[in-house]
Amino acid sequence: MTAYILCFILFLVGLYGVITRRNLVKIAISLSVMELSTFLLFALIGYADGGVAPIVDPSNPAKVYVDPMPQALVLTAIVIGLATTAMLMATIIRLYRKYGTFDIREIKNLKG
Amino acid sequence: METAICIIAGLMIIGALYAIHAKDLLSAVIACGIVGYGLVICFLLLKAPDLAIVQIVVETITLIIMVAVVLDSSREEHFVKPDGKGYMSMAAAVVMTAVLLYFFILAVGMLDPFGSGSLRMASQYINGAVELTGSVNLVTGVVFDFRGYDTLGEATILVTAVLGVITILRLKGRK
Repeated sequence: MTAYILCFILFLVGLYGVITRRNLVKIAISLSVMELSTFLLFALIGYADGGVAPIVDPSNPAKVYVDPMPQALVLTAIVIGLATTAMLMATIIRLYRKYGTFDIREIKNLKG
Repeated sequence: METAICIIAGLMIIGALYAIHAKDLLSAVIACGIVGYGLVICFLLLKAPDLAIVQIVVETITLIIMVAVVLDSSREEHFVKPDGKGYMSMAAAVVMTAVLLYFFILAVGMLDPFGSGSLRMASQYINGAVELTGSVNLVTGVVFDFRGYDTLGEATILVTAVLGVITILRLKGRK
């Protein structure tokens, strides 16, 4: 239970960063912190006490396994997270080259 | 087991807080690495070696990209005091946090307690998975066989992201 709560606090720290920071790199870091806390939550849900990693030993198969389903989902999500981070950083570096700053208050064209 | 994970999660929270408050952007990016590599140790403790391998590679690449972006810039963050509008946003954030907290309590109440691991999601996948897929690693069996179309979609997203990065970085900006 404590692990779930700490995981939620980590998510809230990321949310706090997204809301309060005005620097594009800091916002990207906070977004990735939120993402990582979600991965941790999935891995926590699948854990079983005394379980082994979900790799079957054919000579001795009768054991408790950790749930492989959340692990498969997180495996997909990690790679997609890398793709989105790379795209975000490419956008940020373009904005920096055009405006000379990471500060979103000085980038007027971002205002809707 | 839960104690060790709680200690590492606490370290990750401290690292995230430092990353958000650091003055130098380079130290912020490095502190973001604390969170990612702490997560690798958590995955190892939670018996997920596949995730640990993938996460350590992805975290390294992410750090390299972020350091490359930050080193190209002035590396400073300018802090200003919040004005009246800032306090308004803070109130909105507190309300949002309360809503999130409510749904978190609701969701955790429906979960099994930590470590009970009932396998109710994956029992269909595990029964005879070795004979069906020919893979002794159950995660590989799920990712590449039972959920193969999911992996195909993931590859599509990767290609789209790479095309997007190329497009964004190649275009000449309008003055």
